[in-house]
Amino acid sequence: MADEPLVLGIETSCDETGVGVVRGHTLLADALASSVDEHARFGGVVPEVASRAHLEAIVPTMRRALDEAGVTLADVDAIAVTAGPGLAGALLVGVAAAKGYAVAAEKPIYGVNHLAAHVAVDRLEHGPLPEPAIALLVSGGHSSLLLVDDLAGGVQPLGATIDDAAGEAFDKVARLLGLPFPGGPPIDRAAREGEPDAIGFPRGLTAPKDLAAHRFDFSFSGLKTAVARWVEARERAGEPVPVPDVAASFQEAVCDVLTAKAIDACRAHGIGTLVIGGGVAANSRLRALAEDRCAKHGITVRVPRPKLCTDNGAMVAALGSHLVAAGVAPSRLDLPADSAMPLTVVSV
Amino acid sequence: MLVLVLDSATPAVTAAVVEVGEPGVGDPGVVVRAGRSAVDARAHGELLAPQVDSVLREIGARPRDLAAIVAGLGPGPFTGLRVGLVTAAGMGQALDIPTYGVCSLDALGWSAARVNGPGRAAPGKVLAATDARRREIYWAVYADRVRVTEPQVGRPVDVAAAVARMGVLSAIGEGAHKYAAVLPLALLDEPRYPTAEALAALAAERVRAGRPGERLTPLYLRRPDAVAAAGRKPVLQA
Repeated sequence: MADEPLVLGIETSCDETGVGVVRGHTLLADALASSVDEHARFGGVVPEVASRAHLEAIVPTMRRALDEAGVTLADVDAIAVTAGPGLAGALLVGVAAAKGYAVAAEKPIYGVNHLAAHVAVDRLEHGPLPEPAIALLVSGGHSSLLLVDDLAGGVQPLGATIDDAAGEAFDKVARLLGLPFPGGPPIDRAAREGEPDAIGFPRGLTAPKDLAAHRFDFSFSGLKTAVARWVEARERAGEPVPVPDVAASFQEAVCDVLTAKAIDACRAHGIGTLVIGGGVAANSRLRALAEDRCAKHGITVRVPRPKLCTDNGAMVAALGSHLVAAGVAPSRLDLPADSAMPLTVVSV
Repeated sequence: MLVLVLDSATPAVTAAVVEVGEPGVGDPGVVVRAGRSAVDARAHGELLAPQVDSVLREIGARPRDLAAIVAGLGPGPFTGLRVGLVTAAGMGQALDIPTYGVCSLDALGWSAARVNGPGRAAPGKVLAATDARRREIYWAVYADRVRVTEPQVGRPVDVAAAVARMGVLSAIGEGAHKYAAVLPLALLDEPRYPTAEALAALAAERVRAGRPGERLTPLYLRRPDAVAAAGRKPVLQA
């Protein structure tokens, strides 16, 4: 509908420069430039390399997004930008760019929470999100369970990783298996040839004594170390490492814990909708296991298509459009980039 | 022609609207209509856009009244430097107007000649220096406003030796002030930071001629700190 808000979203919290355009619940453009290849030889995202790449990519990515959507900056109702959490220097490039566009085009600006945007993007695929809902956000930087009462007003953190993020565990395990960075896609591929129950890797924070204090928290550091120990023991014994079995068993341990705790959160709060977002939501086993288990518990699971799960500008535009429609006031022009932006803050 | 000038290459973050007209004898033909400059190395991202908004309001202009944008390309601390450049690039794209880059040290070099009076010869060669953190400075040498070295980054003690060999007598800029004890040069008191007038003057010819806009590429002068991934550490006891 033409009277729904037309919002442009800018995302630069990590290594993807994203510009998306959304009208209401409709995705019009999702332009992306990635510096992932520049980070590969470092085995992880190098903040300064990412920041430099954002500066180079932002103008051409904006051009592509506007062309793809067939709109101009003068047409948009608001500009939304990821204000946090994320890499400080990388966030700042996007925030400063968004301010430049907003000042020049005389548009309101919304500095929004990256994690809330990962939830909001599902609206583009499955329509309005029933509230309350439980959200599981899993990426290279985050692993969180949230209770979403009102996406425009705030989300309530239920739990998060106490050490590594799930995506980080994928990266580290990929490295020790000799697979490329980022580790998610190659592990997903290798796992298809392996047995998920070949090796019984630990499920972090699932023992009764852990559940008392960490019912909805995650831990993946011990799992990563267990995989490393298992692989090293094989290597020391001069035996070949069965990469597909290790990948499948590791992936199963991660997905098992993520889905079990997400469903537990739904049941504990009597909530029938689970939305999954973040780069790890692109993992095929996580998607399949979530659907299986949610079906058994009568929970509706919503997972956007993989391209919308990883970082992108459309998710920021989707949240921005939701905020505009909800009548939330825009941010001030002096809004800061906040690398540690709390989940309870959806827009600043 | 109204030109927006931005610089965030030093602890000072500067925005100004400048009228670029015809030059005269000893007159660069640039008039600062409204300017803001704040010194806070950690808040460029917060300060710059409100400054832009406020200089435009002060003279009752709209963004669409701007004919061009001039931005200081550094060298300068990366994070702050990018704020000015990406703001300029975004505004240039949104307004479909050209952007022009100026080396931020050149602005200090320009001012060094200026502070001695229009038409008067500069006092020999001048060092322009800004703080590069990590006990280093960004620097370049000027002879009557013309840069005679590439912009560089280095330790003050090494810069002192280099400029002594070049016969430099005076210095300008916060970097020169901060390391005055190491740099045996006559200090020009002001400006400490690149001024909007100087940046505009250095781009005025391009603005007036309507030259094609330039991509604003920062003068980083340093590579990112990053080391390639090492071999993995064993987790089992030997």
